[in-house]
Order: sequence, then structure tokens, then C-alpha cells
Amino acid sequence: MVYKKRLDGRKFDELRKIEAKVGVIPNASGSAYFKIGKTVAYAAVYGPKELHPRFLQNPKKGLLRCNYNMLPFSGAGNRVRPGPSRRSKEISLVTFNALDPVVDLEQFPNSVVDVFIELPQTDAGSRCAGICAASMALADAGIIMKDLVGAVSVGAVDGQLVLDLDYNEESYEEGDVADIPVAYIPSFDKFSLLQMDGKIKKEDLMKGMKLAKEGIMKIIEVQKKALKAKFEVKK
Amino acid sequence: MNNEKQDHILTYLNKNIRYDGRKKDEYRKISIETGIVKTAEGSASVTIGDTVVLAGVKFEVGAPYPDQLGEGTMMVNAELLPLSSSKFEAGPPSIDSIELARVVDRAIRESNTIDHKKLCIKEGELVWTVIIDITPLNVDGNLFDASALAVLLAIKDARMPKLKDNKIDYKTKTDQKLPLLEEPISVTVLKIGSHYIVDPITDEEDVLDARLTVAFTKDNTICAMQKGGEQPLSEKEIEDMIDLAIKKSKELRVYLR
Repeated sequence: MVYKKRLDGRKFDELRKIEAKVGVIPNASGSAYFKIGKTVAYAAVYGPKELHPRFLQNPKKGLLRCNYNMLPFSGAGNRVRPGPSRRSKEISLVTFNALDPVVDLEQFPNSVVDVFIELPQTDAGSRCAGICAASMALADAGIIMKDLVGAVSVGAVDGQLVLDLDYNEESYEEGDVADIPVAYIPSFDKFSLLQMDGKIKKEDLMKGMKLAKEGIMKIIEVQKKALKAKFEVKK
Repeated sequence: MNNEKQDHILTYLNKNIRYDGRKKDEYRKISIETGIVKTAEGSASVTIGDTVVLAGVKFEVGAPYPDQLGEGTMMVNAELLPLSSSKFEAGPPSIDSIELARVVDRAIRESNTIDHKKLCIKEGELVWTVIIDITPLNVDGNLFDASALAVLLAIKDARMPKLKDNKIDYKTKTDQKLPLLEEPISVTVLKIGSHYIVDPITDEEDVLDARLTVAFTKDNTICAMQKGGEQPLSEKEIEDMIDLAIKKSKELRVYLR
């Protein structure tokens, strides 16, 4: 085990610094800002509203739609070409899967709730930041939810389990890196996002999930605090 | 179509007051911030009332245009994000986003804001490309002025990345600013009925008869214009609108300091 100290000096189970705020986009039904380290996500929720074209409508419940997008200047390297890519479409799909279990749209048949996630600045963990922001934005929009969803990545850098990888860790070259973004729903005690690339032993993966859970519980506290802060009476 | 809204807005304008209580030639509160996006080489956000625009600069290197072998290139792009307004939809660029990008581009380009000759690395082979992206986060009117200001501030904020073996080393930041020669300011004047207003909110834009965006250089030379809206304008009207724009451009220039 060579990776004894994290590149940015954090403890192995330490999250990057988080800032969260809701109601940041006045036009939206609900919105949120979620910053973790240098990764910044905005999410806006529009709806419930009537879904067009009508053949997509579900007469039993409303539909959730998620859209993940990186802004052109959000990468540290080359400019990101605007418009949907294979990557952004896949992330939109897994974001939907992460959020849909907690969203209850039975009272809104034939309608749609749109979630737009935009990332102006990224330093790894962008899909997780997007899910955290989207979950807060949905709550801010007053959508009926069974719980909040929190998301973070865990990983193994050269055999060492770490929480919340940044880009430097994700691209660590002196050893194998496994990157595992997960989303977790506390009241279900279940995971709604699980992806992974790299190499990891099953035992380490299971330990990693525990580590992620602990991290996500801290994130959910931040989310709740931000949601409550909107309704605090300013003195 | 929007007769009710138009009547309402006009009734107020006839009393010399805006729908939202402002004077006809009054901007909403403006605030600016620069250097806020660390992944961009330059960035700025401009907030005018409830309109928030983020602009970011990225650099690339590539071949020059065949007719300008010794000059760098520039591109302005606008994304009307569906996140920022229920009026925008996901999909290919709308005509509104193309117009916005081209109008902002024109003011920068025609005023020679960027010294393109200094962006040449090897004549005929390799030049810098400056790409500026405009992304609104919340839209309540006057995207033109907010975007133009954000783009200029982002260009001023930009620092060139380092070049290594003719490739950009994005990790190494330098202190070198973009070579700039000019600072164009754009002001959009709206005509509703017989009234001229600046800094419209979305409700006012919905009922406009005509609009005129005018960009001015430091010495008040006009460097770009765009007329919009369905109604034509007389010479007198155009002159009045330009006069108002010139007056307001001096106020906006303060935000460049």
C-alpha cells in the first residue's frame, strides 16, 4: 500500500468542503446549488406541467425527466462541446434512476417534472454533485418525496479506500484506481446509483459502500440544513 | 396575442412608469463577479435584476483561416439553458441563442477588442483560438446587455494557458492577459408604443414593437448594431434610440473598472 496520504491532505474518510443553497434560480419551481470541493452543480426543477407529446403521458402518474449537462468551460482541459454526448445521456439516465425511487408523482397524472442539472465547474464527482443538487431542487419545488437522495463517490486508490475522489485522485497514475459513484436513500437503506470503473476486490467494495453511506449521511444533513435555511426568519 | 399584458404595460408607460416601478431609462441593480469558474481560463457573471449570465473563456490552438494566416481566431457561443427559463427547450441551438451569440460576437469583433495578430503562434500554421461561451442561469429579460458585459469582463479576466510543444498545457497557468485594444459596451433600447425603455424584463420583451442593440467603443463610436422586433423604425426613432443607448453605455462602462 503506497497511497498513505491523500494528494490534497484530506483524511481517507473525509469529504471535500460542501456548500449548498436552494432557491437560486427564481424562474424555476425549485432549484439548488451544490458545491463539493471544486465541483459545482446547479439544478432547476420545472413542473409538474402537462407532458407533450401526449403519447408519452402516463394516466396513472407523472413522469420525472432528468438532464445532466456540463457547461462548455467546466472542464480543466479542453472545452467541452455543447450539446448532448453519449456520456451526458448516460449520466442523465443514471441520475433519473437515482432520484426516481423517492419521487412520488401519483397525484400528477399525465404530467412531467423536468430536472435540469448544469455544471459550470467540475473536479470529478460531477454526477454525484448533480444528484445532490437535483434532490434538493425537487424538495425545494415542493414535489412529494419519500426521502432526500445523497450521492458521493468512493474509491480505492492504489488499494486504499477513499471517500469523495477529486480529479487528481481519479487520475492517479502510480497505482490502480477504482471509482465508484453511489447514491443512497437513508430511509430505504438502499442504493439507487451504483457504477464503477477500475479494479477492486469484493471485500473492499463492500467496505467502500459503508464508507459511502457514512459520507452521504453527512451530505444529507447539509442538504436538510440548506432547505430549512430558506424558511428561516431573517433578523 | 398578449393584448392584456401589452395594454397593462402601456398604461403604466403612459404614466412614465414601468410595470415594475422603474423609470423608462433606468437599469435594474447590476452586480458583477469575475474569476468565478476555476476550470475556465477567464470567467465572469453579471446579474441584472433577476437575470444572471455566466460567461467563460477557453483557449484552443489550431490552424488559422486561409485569408488571415497571421491572426488568431475567436468564437462566441450562447447556450439558452432550459435550466434558466421555462421558455427554453433542450435541443439544437434555437434562433434566439444564435442571434444572441452573433450580436455579442459582432460588438467584440468589429471593435477589434482582441488583438488577433498577437494571437499568432506560427504564421499560416498555428494560432490561438479564443472561445467564449455564454450561459444564462436565470433569465428575466435583457440577455443582450448582460451577456455582452459578461463576455467583456470574462475576456478581461482571462489568462493565457501555457503552450508546450504546440499543445496547450492547461495545468500551467500564466499571468499573461489577452491582448486587448478596445472595450465595447452594448445597450439595448426597446420601443413599446411610442415609448423607449432600457433593460427590459421578460414581460416587456414579450410585447415589444422593436428593439435596437447598439455597441459603443470607448470614444462612443458605434461598432455594432442589431435591430429586432417586428415593427420598422423611422430615422428619427433610430436617432432617439441611439441617443438613449449612448447615455446608458456611459453608466455601464463603470462596471469595467
